[in-house]
Amino acid sequence: MVRTDARHADLAIRTRGLTRDFGALRAVDHVDLAVPRSRIYGFLGPNGSGKSTTIRMLCGLLTPTEGEATVLGHAIPAEAEALRRKVGYMTQKFSLYEDLTVRENLDFMAEVYALPRATKRERVDALCERYELTRLLDQRAGTMSGGQKQRLALGAALLHEPELLFLDEPTSAVDPENRRAFWESLFDLVEAGTTILVSTHYMDEAGRCHELAILDQGRLAAAGSPEALSRDIDAQVVVLRTDRPRRAGKALHAEPWVLSVAQIGNELRVLAASEHDDAAVAVADTVRRAGFGVERCDPAPASLEDVFVAATLPTRQERVA
Amino acid sequence: MKFLRRIGAVAAKEVRQLRRDRLSFGMIVGLPIMQLLLFGYAINMDPRHLSAGIADLSATAASRQYVQDLARSQVIDITHQAGSAAALEELMRAGQISVGIYLPPDFERRLQQQDRAAGQLLIDGSDTVVQGAAASLAMPARTTPVNDRPPTLEVRTYYNPERRSPVNTVPGLIGIILTMTMTLFTAVAIVRERERGNLELLITTPIRSTELMVAKILPYIVIGLVQATLILLLGDWLFRVPIRGNLLDAYTVILLFIVANLALGLMISTLATNQFQAMQMTFFILLPSILLSGFMFPFDGMPTAAQWIAEVLPMTHFMRLIRGVVLRGAELWELRGELAALGVFLVLALTVAVRRFDKTLD
Repeated sequence: MVRTDARHADLAIRTRGLTRDFGALRAVDHVDLAVPRSRIYGFLGPNGSGKSTTIRMLCGLLTPTEGEATVLGHAIPAEAEALRRKVGYMTQKFSLYEDLTVRENLDFMAEVYALPRATKRERVDALCERYELTRLLDQRAGTMSGGQKQRLALGAALLHEPELLFLDEPTSAVDPENRRAFWESLFDLVEAGTTILVSTHYMDEAGRCHELAILDQGRLAAAGSPEALSRDIDAQVVVLRTDRPRRAGKALHAEPWVLSVAQIGNELRVLAASEHDDAAVAVADTVRRAGFGVERCDPAPASLEDVFVAATLPTRQERVA
Repeated sequence: MKFLRRIGAVAAKEVRQLRRDRLSFGMIVGLPIMQLLLFGYAINMDPRHLSAGIADLSATAASRQYVQDLARSQVIDITHQAGSAAALEELMRAGQISVGIYLPPDFERRLQQQDRAAGQLLIDGSDTVVQGAAASLAMPARTTPVNDRPPTLEVRTYYNPERRSPVNTVPGLIGIILTMTMTLFTAVAIVRERERGNLELLITTPIRSTELMVAKILPYIVIGLVQATLILLLGDWLFRVPIRGNLLDAYTVILLFIVANLALGLMISTLATNQFQAMQMTFFILLPSILLSGFMFPFDGMPTAAQWIAEVLPMTHFMRLIRGVVLRGAELWELRGELAALGVFLVLALTVAVRRFDKTLD
């Protein structure tokens, strides 16, 4: 018992059976999470998988229907007010004031958090410097680009130096170059001790996280580091090159042991059930039997996308049925 | 014929959307019904049942007969008995009666002599419609057979003897303007934050819901006071509307009304999901406030059901208060009933608003 408590001490977030219903819809379904401190923890899942709802429950915006959650040692939602000073939240939609300038928005947030006057000035300047907002100080937020708005929102969420930062799909309105820079800045924060929980539906972003939870239809489908998830995938990956990829794909789909087939350029990426021995041979045989040529057919290491597809597969079949 | 299909598609979509927007749908049906009932039944330009006080100092069979005759005309309802003319004036200043009838101790002798009026008719003249209706009471009593004699009652019009309607309208206008701007501004200001997602961010900050509400209301209190001052100043300057009562009293009443309306606005903001809905709800309050509060049409002339509805509206009580203080020079103590009514409304609206405005998105 003592040992478990010690282990929990370095957890920023811990949930048990966290559940939220909206009427008849179960948006989050008994999710157990353990998010370590000073790490980037990712929520990967399609739209409607419960990422935003989970984040909203963890920062006290929504009351869980069932289950319990402890965030930075505070029970949620009972101690949500005490938590507010310690967490920062960047909403999916830009939620600062579009009719205020960058400076006015930052000043406003600093006042809401009642920062001491001396540190306020200093911190606003430092954040503007770091997130390249100094030039934009007098520009109205509504007229800025997606990347600029995102940097402003991040800066505002960091004004009170939160221990834990919630980022709900922070890069959805940002171009690839800015996304890269944004992620670099997240690692700077982690190095300074901040814990970051970020939701995304981009595989490349999920791959950058220290740890990851894959959510699907409100359920926790898999969790772990991206490397561990790829290594422990419950499927075999085969890459196939054929002259008739569309038709070959259809033939493979009909096999019960084929979990999924995806075309990537000229190649087919096939996920096969892990219990089927030597999937590469079976895939090549199936395609040849169907009358198509096989240029190449090899096993391949699992990507995060493969992990995601494999983890969410059973529920997808339910959905079709 | 493709253009017909395109037009048809958009029109059908419009109807479908409208059917799902219950508030708009309610407005389409509810508005004409409401207007019809209000203008058909409630609004009466020839008011009857004006509340009246009697000071019958002669207390003879003839005077009692005379009072009964007046009451039978249905123009007045005798609601108060007083012992002197001064007591009648007091009742009128406090807004308890619009008409006072003073019959002196020698009423019966004066009635016989017929060379001068036998009694006095005191009229609260601030509402010119009431003034006109009440003046008909001064006609010679039916007990006298001949018609070419002086009226039985000598008319004494209080507060607005020149029969200028701005005198009555201008103080009431403060109420209309404040209801319109205060309720709408607060309702929309909060709904807008929710619509744009600002609220989601604010909720995660240490700011408390009561702090948020107070902060949202505060600027509008100042705006409301500026508006009221503007109307009072212009009323004085352009229409010579006097301020007979204590200016501080007037501002106390205005302040209470502003806060009551802001609380109402907050309440609406917790019920409406978008700015348009907030506007629709405000409209449903504003319309009866204009028509039933006594601003446009005399309160006494309305049927009982309409008066009940009117009593629920803060505007009705404000109208009595502001006219009492500004036009009749009444003191707040004399109007304490109306003040209490506004206070109760404020507390109720605020309680509902704060309870419904939970600091979560649930």
